[in-house]
Amino acid sequence: MDGKELRQGPEKRPIIEVKNLTAGFGDEVVLKDVSFSVYPGEIFLVIGGSGCGKSTLLKHIVGLYPPMEGEVIIDGDDITTAEDFELYRILRKIGVLFQSGALFSSMTLWENVALPLQEFTSLPEDVIDILVRMKLQMVHLEGYEEKFPSELSGGMQKRAALARAMALDPKILFFDEPSAGLDPVTAAEIDLLIKQINTSLGTTMVIVTHELESIFAIAERVIMLDKEEKGIIASGDPRELKEKCKDERVQNFFNRRPALVPGKKRMGATEKCLGK
Amino acid sequence: MKNQDGAQIEVVSSGKNRVTFQISGSVTIDNSVSVRKEIHSRIPSDISINIVEFDLAGVSVMDSAGIAVIVDIQKYLKDHGFEFRVINLPSKVSGLLKLIDPESLLIGEKELKAKKEFNFIEFLGEVAFEALEECRSVVTFLGDIVIALASLIRHPRRMRWDEFFLFVERAGTDALPIVALLSLLMGLIMAFQAAVQLRQFGANIFVADLVGISILRELGPLLTAIIIAGRSGASFAAEIGTMKVSEEVDALSTMGFEAVSFLALPRILAATFVGPLLTLVGDFVGIFGGLIVGLISLDLSATAYLEETYTAITFFDLFSGLIKSVAFAILIAGVGCLRGFQVERSADSVGKKTTSAVVSGIFLIVFADAIFTIIFHYFG
Repeated sequence: MDGKELRQGPEKRPIIEVKNLTAGFGDEVVLKDVSFSVYPGEIFLVIGGSGCGKSTLLKHIVGLYPPMEGEVIIDGDDITTAEDFELYRILRKIGVLFQSGALFSSMTLWENVALPLQEFTSLPEDVIDILVRMKLQMVHLEGYEEKFPSELSGGMQKRAALARAMALDPKILFFDEPSAGLDPVTAAEIDLLIKQINTSLGTTMVIVTHELESIFAIAERVIMLDKEEKGIIASGDPRELKEKCKDERVQNFFNRRPALVPGKKRMGATEKCLGK
Repeated sequence: MKNQDGAQIEVVSSGKNRVTFQISGSVTIDNSVSVRKEIHSRIPSDISINIVEFDLAGVSVMDSAGIAVIVDIQKYLKDHGFEFRVINLPSKVSGLLKLIDPESLLIGEKELKAKKEFNFIEFLGEVAFEALEECRSVVTFLGDIVIALASLIRHPRRMRWDEFFLFVERAGTDALPIVALLSLLMGLIMAFQAAVQLRQFGANIFVADLVGISILRELGPLLTAIIIAGRSGASFAAEIGTMKVSEEVDALSTMGFEAVSFLALPRILAATFVGPLLTLVGDFVGIFGGLIVGLISLDLSATAYLEETYTAITFFDLFSGLIKSVAFAILIAGVGCLRGFQVERSADSVGKKTTSAVVSGIFLIVFADAIFTIIFHYFG
């Protein structure tokens, strides 16, 4: 650990601060009064069962939906109130990898990755070409420049989408279920890629997932959300949580145990494990 | 020399045939354009110099755009006969370099899609193959529809009637206002244009004949069909196409449903049902439009106008228009659904096929109209 503990120390300013976020759709509240911080350079995971509000949280952090209450500070600026130019400035610091990749199907991979570079920078075409091929190299997709997304497998599409998300060298990368729907080998490749990019570029990674293998393979710190609680029920190192946390919901999650068993009393201990 | 956004570039002579660019500060996506420009402007023109060295010891931040600029300059220098070297690579930059292979970026550029030379025979072949493919999918689709119809006749209860009425509402009831409005305007326009000419001969009253016959036979069905093509033809194609993209059509097939009879049949039947009804409404409103012009600018009485219309038009005029409208509706809905099923798994394809649904729909309408005109001319 190259001083990663230090990063969480009080002297390091968080790169993302979520303060008292209440979010939902219409009248339905999905998350209530959620607060946490993410520090520069860490791999931070948001975990929890289906419907716990993981993706909702992610979409609020990246500014897709306005929150009901609370603020989301990204690198010093509040994304929930930012408008026009300020919002674009914040958005340039982040890259998002959507669940299904969301590559533009009418464009080749080269065009997909080049799009943000052509639109948001004044780099000459030669340099953009080098950059695009560099990004595709980083995700091991050299030679696929002229392919269309529909000609690629699911894993390749995800990697190409990662290349596009990284086009402008964002400080923070967000991943929505990066290994969903992928075979174990491809999922492991994506995990490895996330680690590599994190260590060599120092990019902060915020990942929403429920894949246990991924969680233990890449997470440095996690927060676990719960549907009933509408908020965080555990936070810290996932290995420690699995060993020490007594909360039944946390244990069920880490040990792949069904919560609904016929004839069983509904809930055991509910003791939140909120670390640093 | 200090670059405006934080990068510093010094050029020193470090040997008799060598210069060194000492770069310090940050080279990122924000200033890489100006850094590149500056380096380019300071590449020595002295012929004796053949080695250019980049000393990156002082670089505090360099992102991938910075590296791309260096690679781009390396390429330029190589092309111009210089030897290129990088010294004192900071650890921050070498981390990024672990993920890429800069050497491979030097060779080969993005292959600009080579413009293929136009070859008439090749082109002819391609068109023929596309036409054949289209024929095949049309025939398959028609076959599926016939089978679906046959099974509908045998088991009428299996038809999803709820769905049918939903489409009757969407393609019919919802289209009423626009059909009525456009038909009214069409009646007004026709009557005005005719009035200008006929007034010269004192034949004002024949405006009623002209409007009545042309609306019933031709304009009513045609206008209504074009509206249906734009509204429902497009919506059928986009809806089925999106279902294909999201694998809903595959889901239907694996559940044992015939996708064509499940999705296309209710739509085609609903359109066929509402087509003549909408046309009928359009016909009446169109004649009413003519009547308004007759009353206001031709000094005709309502009774005289309507009586003239009544004697001018025959049942056959109305009937032939309605027969046409049934055929038009079948063609529009059929081609709309067919295009939907032809969508491949991309958003792009949904757009193309939706456009094609409307264009082919309108083409088929006019083409069929021509055929009907010939048939009615000889047999009517």
